[in-house]
Amino acid sequence: MANARSHPFVTAVVVAAFAAAAFYAVEVTYDWSDDRIAANQRARVVAGLNSVLEPGLRGRDLTTTLLAVTDAALLGSDSPIDVFVLTDRGAPMATVFATVAPHGYNAAIDLLIGVAPIGTVTGVRVVRHRETQGLGDAIDTAKSDWMLQFDTKALSAPPPELWAIEQDEGEFDAISGATVTSRAVVAAVKNTLLYFEQHRDELYARAAEAANAGRASPP
Amino acid sequence: MTPTTSSFREAIAPLWRDNLALAQLLGLCPLLAVTTTVVNGVALGLASAAVVVIASTAMSALKRALKPAARLPVALLILATLVTVVDLFSEALFYDLHGKLGIFIPLIVVNSGLLAHAENVASRRSVGFTLLSALATGFGFLLAFVALGAFREIVGHGTLLSDIELLAGESYRGMRLDLGVGGVLVAILPPGAFFGLGLLLALRNRLTATKPQDRSSSGTPR
Repeated sequence: MANARSHPFVTAVVVAAFAAAAFYAVEVTYDWSDDRIAANQRARVVAGLNSVLEPGLRGRDLTTTLLAVTDAALLGSDSPIDVFVLTDRGAPMATVFATVAPHGYNAAIDLLIGVAPIGTVTGVRVVRHRETQGLGDAIDTAKSDWMLQFDTKALSAPPPELWAIEQDEGEFDAISGATVTSRAVVAAVKNTLLYFEQHRDELYARAAEAANAGRASPP
Repeated sequence: MTPTTSSFREAIAPLWRDNLALAQLLGLCPLLAVTTTVVNGVALGLASAAVVVIASTAMSALKRALKPAARLPVALLILATLVTVVDLFSEALFYDLHGKLGIFIPLIVVNSGLLAHAENVASRRSVGFTLLSALATGFGFLLAFVALGAFREIVGHGTLLSDIELLAGESYRGMRLDLGVGGVLVAILPPGAFFGLGLLLALRNRLTATKPQDRSSSGTPR
């Protein structure tokens, strides 16, 4: 009976030993993978930023300053979103918004929108979406060129009342079968341009301040 | 039939006759969710196979050291550790593919079929039998992923092996085949997963039904 009584304790020790080994194995793997995963994430951000810049700026050694701004009405999220201000020796060259289109068909759509200093769109890409496969997923440039129609558009061209899809008497093509998705993206691009117009000087000032404080990081 | 042959046949039964997905209908959630392309299916199938092979073999090797009360917690610990390692590993090496498979890599840990193998078979059988049986289970599961993924990708996208570069490296991008047919949208939507699975089950039943003598040996009653 002494044997039977010692069972729970022995069992607990054995399980604890395995738990310690498991902890160690996960720790070792985490240490090994941590840097690689961070590098992957940085590579994706840089590739993403490059994809929404004017072709002439892609791959150039620009200083990237990361700001966080919040505007639930225009930037689609209650929480702060990332804004990258890209400067060349202090001169602003481009601004990239990691904004949100809140009214996607299934969920909010995460977008990357590049805006030139004069307020024109230099590129829009979808970062993450849950739109219907085969319909709404045409917003992904891997599936269709629909997103490219925003390039070179600005708040004045087309005029604000034409910043809508054809079905709403606007100028933009809609993805057939995905009107809700198209409407959400057009609205998000327009709102981002509105935000940029209202806050451009403030964003540039904050970026310059951050650069002077030495917190700027190369891309 | 000699004992060696019959135990060999029993060990490889999960490859087809007792296939985890197609016969036991276990692990269907990831199977239905990720098989929009072959490459997605292969990736998750391989991850599941690696986990069951290592976990079951380890459990079989440890069976004398473990009291029955410790077996289940240790099996869960081993499975959870392996899945975490596979998850981190794939995020480090196959970042884009990892993003596509999303939650289904961590969820391998709750695949009851794999746990049952690591707990049941491993506790009763020799290391060699368990290893063979785990390989059969893993590759049988992978077979279901490949079959369903291929069906849905051909019918839904009209391609085969798209995104292969995410798994095999950039130099394999050219392996993608454009078949010029398909584009039947429903195949890649969730209902298409069920239609595809139904067709696969029907095909499997048809093939099994023509060989009734194969069903005589032991196996889980259904």
